[in-house]
Order: sequence, then structure tokens, then C-alpha cells
Amino acid sequence: MGMAHGLASSIGGIKAAGDLVARMQLKKMRLDEAKAYVAEKLGVSVVDLSDSTLMRTLREELDIGVVTAVPGIAKGLEAKVRIAELLDIRINCVERLKRKMGASRDLAPSSS
Amino acid sequence: MGDASTVEMSRDDLRRDLVEGTEAAAQKGKIAPLDENELDYLEDMFACPSRIWGVERGHEAVMTKDGSVNTLCSSRLSSGVAAPLSREQAVRLFETAFAYDSMEVGHLDYSVKPCKFIATVEQEHMELLQHITILPLFYGFMPNLGLYYQPDGSFPNPSDLLPLGKIDEARRAQEEALEACQQDTVWLSKQMVDVAADGVNYDTVASTGDAEFLATLRACEEVTKTTDMAVEIGMAAELVLGFHGELEYDGVRLAGLWPHQQVKLVEKAGAAIFGPVVNNNSKKSCPWNVARAVTFVKACSEVTTIPIHPNVGNGVGGVPMFEVSPIDMVTRASAAMIEIGRADGL
Repeated sequence: MGMAHGLASSIGGIKAAGDLVARMQLKKMRLDEAKAYVAEKLGVSVVDLSDSTLMRTLREELDIGVVTAVPGIAKGLEAKVRIAELLDIRINCVERLKRKMGASRDLAPSSS
Repeated sequence: MGDASTVEMSRDDLRRDLVEGTEAAAQKGKIAPLDENELDYLEDMFACPSRIWGVERGHEAVMTKDGSVNTLCSSRLSSGVAAPLSREQAVRLFETAFAYDSMEVGHLDYSVKPCKFIATVEQEHMELLQHITILPLFYGFMPNLGLYYQPDGSFPNPSDLLPLGKIDEARRAQEEALEACQQDTVWLSKQMVDVAADGVNYDTVASTGDAEFLATLRACEEVTKTTDMAVEIGMAAELVLGFHGELEYDGVRLAGLWPHQQVKLVEKAGAAIFGPVVNNNSKKSCPWNVARAVTFVKACSEVTTIPIHPNVGNGVGGVPMFEVSPIDMVTRASAAMIEIGRADGL
């Protein structure tokens, strides 16, 4: 059933720009605002965000992770470091990596 | 039909069901029904012989997933198929093979009370997956206040007390139990903060009524005020049941709230995403159920400032109530939620 929803309505995750728009929704942006924000950062139109052909190439160029298994392209945490910089957002695991590397002034976990 | 059985309808019967469905929602929720253009869209959608329906290009939305990977790994939860996969393998499949926009780590026993005892295992899985995945990863669980009542928990069960006319005792039991549930929800959420989850998802909220809703709202408020964690709150039913009846959050009585009213409190609690629920009537047709569901969701969308991701699982959001959902109805409910309900995701 979830697959049916994905086929019918989903932007398409890392096949397209779905993960990026999802990250902006975590910042409380509604869909139109989140799409416009990501499109502007990527230099594409809003309609392009769900275009898996265009996004597959663009994601490789930006090195922010692709859906297919290609050696050398950023994966996992590597990709998220680049996504955080591209979208100008904080991603929790990226901040944690910086702390582990001693690269962030915020040395404590963000919980109290 | 709402029970997933096949039915043939004339175009007139279809239109009638759509009108009756939206008017049913409008009457219950005291909200506006769908207009003629919206009904025309739904009528054309349901009359189309195509097996698959989808949103218009450019209108795609974000999928969040409750129940974690239980669709693959569990045996009945989320219509699970008990695939021989670890959670790490399953999450990676959802990211790549199924191209989900976000995903969730959660335990098979998907409630906060059992998850507490294995929190370090859950943290470990979240940590490992944060290294190897790209999509946003939530940690999900149900507050499930029911597990705090006897015989599963230590608090007296209001379901036993209310039939005996012990209303005050039932209310006291709920007030005490919700404190424990709230503390556990906050504690488990903060464990996930420590391992850099992208968010937490409180699922099937208010399954035991207004006390559970209050526990969740308070927990959300504390987590969002004291951490950077994004919180998604997904409801259990369309109406908050008043097992207590007098509980309030921010001066608003919780019993009897509909989705467009629930979302305003969820916003105040600091949540990032709200998942409204609209229950199905399995004796009515899918067109009736979808029209009713999108009417409620549209009303919610018109007042919210945060993204809404309506629940579209078995028996809710216009999706038929059956273990194996017919794809023609699921895709239609899905698209209707986005195109007419103006949902930001599912």
C-alpha cells in the first residue's frame, strides 16, 4: 500500500529531490514553500524537483547522493554533509560528526 | 467499497455518494463541503477505468512513514510480509528500491513502553543508519496510553471503572497514567536526540482518548523547547474521544476535537508535521469515504501553518479497510488528498 502511495503522489526520494523537500518540511515549511526553497537552492524549477531524469544527473553533479549504486559518489553521511551546505540547514547527524571531529564550537549534544 | 470489495456504480450513483460524503463531513465537523469543481475532479477520477491514478506532474508531495519497516519485517502489523530482512536492510530498500522521501526506525512492538527497555538497541540502529542513509530518518513509536492501565500496566483501568459509574476514579487514573506516558515519551525522544535522529514520530496519538492526546502535546512541547528535534504527531482517529472529558491544553478542551481543531494545538506544542486521520465507513463506497476524508483534510489544510501529512493506511483517509489494499482505490485516495485536500504529504 505504501508503494502505491509512493507511485501515485511521491516526489521520489533520492531518485529525485524528495529527501531535500522533506528536510525543509522538518523546518515547518509547507509543501509549496519547501519546494520553492529547494528549487532555488538547486537552480531548477519546482516541476524539475520530481523529474528523476534531470535530478539523477544533477545529484551526481552536486555529489549529494544518487539512488543507484555508483562507486565514488557521496553516500550516507558524506552526502548529508553536502546537502546541509547546499540547503544551508543544520542536519543533526552532520552536527554530531562535527562534534566528534572537534570541528564545532557546540560541543554538547542538543538535548538537556 | 470501504471494505475493499468491488462494486459497480452508475455515474449518478457515484456523484450522489461524493456529495453525501462531503456533506457528511461538513455536518459533523461544521466545515465547508467540497465545491462543484472539486466534486467534478473526484467524479472523473473514480469514473476513469485506469487502474492507477496519480497527482498531476509538479504536484507531488512528501511521504513520511509510520510503522517503520514493519510492512516488510513484521507479520501482521502494517500488513507485514515477514520478509527475512534486518531493519537496516529494510530501511535501505525503502530509500533506494522504493524511493521513499523519508523513513523511520521503530521497533516491531511499536509502543513507547516496551521500547524504553531496549532503548540502547534502538539508538544503535539509528546511529548506524544515519551513517549510511541520505533521506531524513525519524524514530517512531506510539505513546499508547492503554499499556499503562491494568492488566498491562500499574494504573487502574478507566474502561473497568467507567461502567461501574466510578467517573472520578477513572479520571484520576487517566491523569496519573498520562504523566507516566508523557515522561516516557520525552525520555525516549531525548535518547534519539543523542543519536542524531532527524525527527521523532508520535503515532496513533489519542488512541485512548483525550488523556493520551494531552500527554503527547505536553511531551512535544518539552522536546521541541529543549532540543532541536523535529516532531511529527500522527493521530489515531478523526475525533478525540473524551474518556476523561475535562482535560485541556492551552485552555482548549481536548475531548471532541476534529482534525482542523487538533492541528492548532499541535502547532502550539511545537510540532513540525501533523498527521490528521479521517476514519472510513466500511459500509459506504470508496468515493463516499474519499469525499468525506478530503473534506476534513482540506479544512485542516486551510488553517494550518505547519505541513500536514494525512494518514492513508488501512481504513483511514479513504483507503479501504482490508489487509491487502486495492491499488486503484489507494492511488485515488492518495492523489485526492494532495489535489483536493491540499495536503503537504502523506
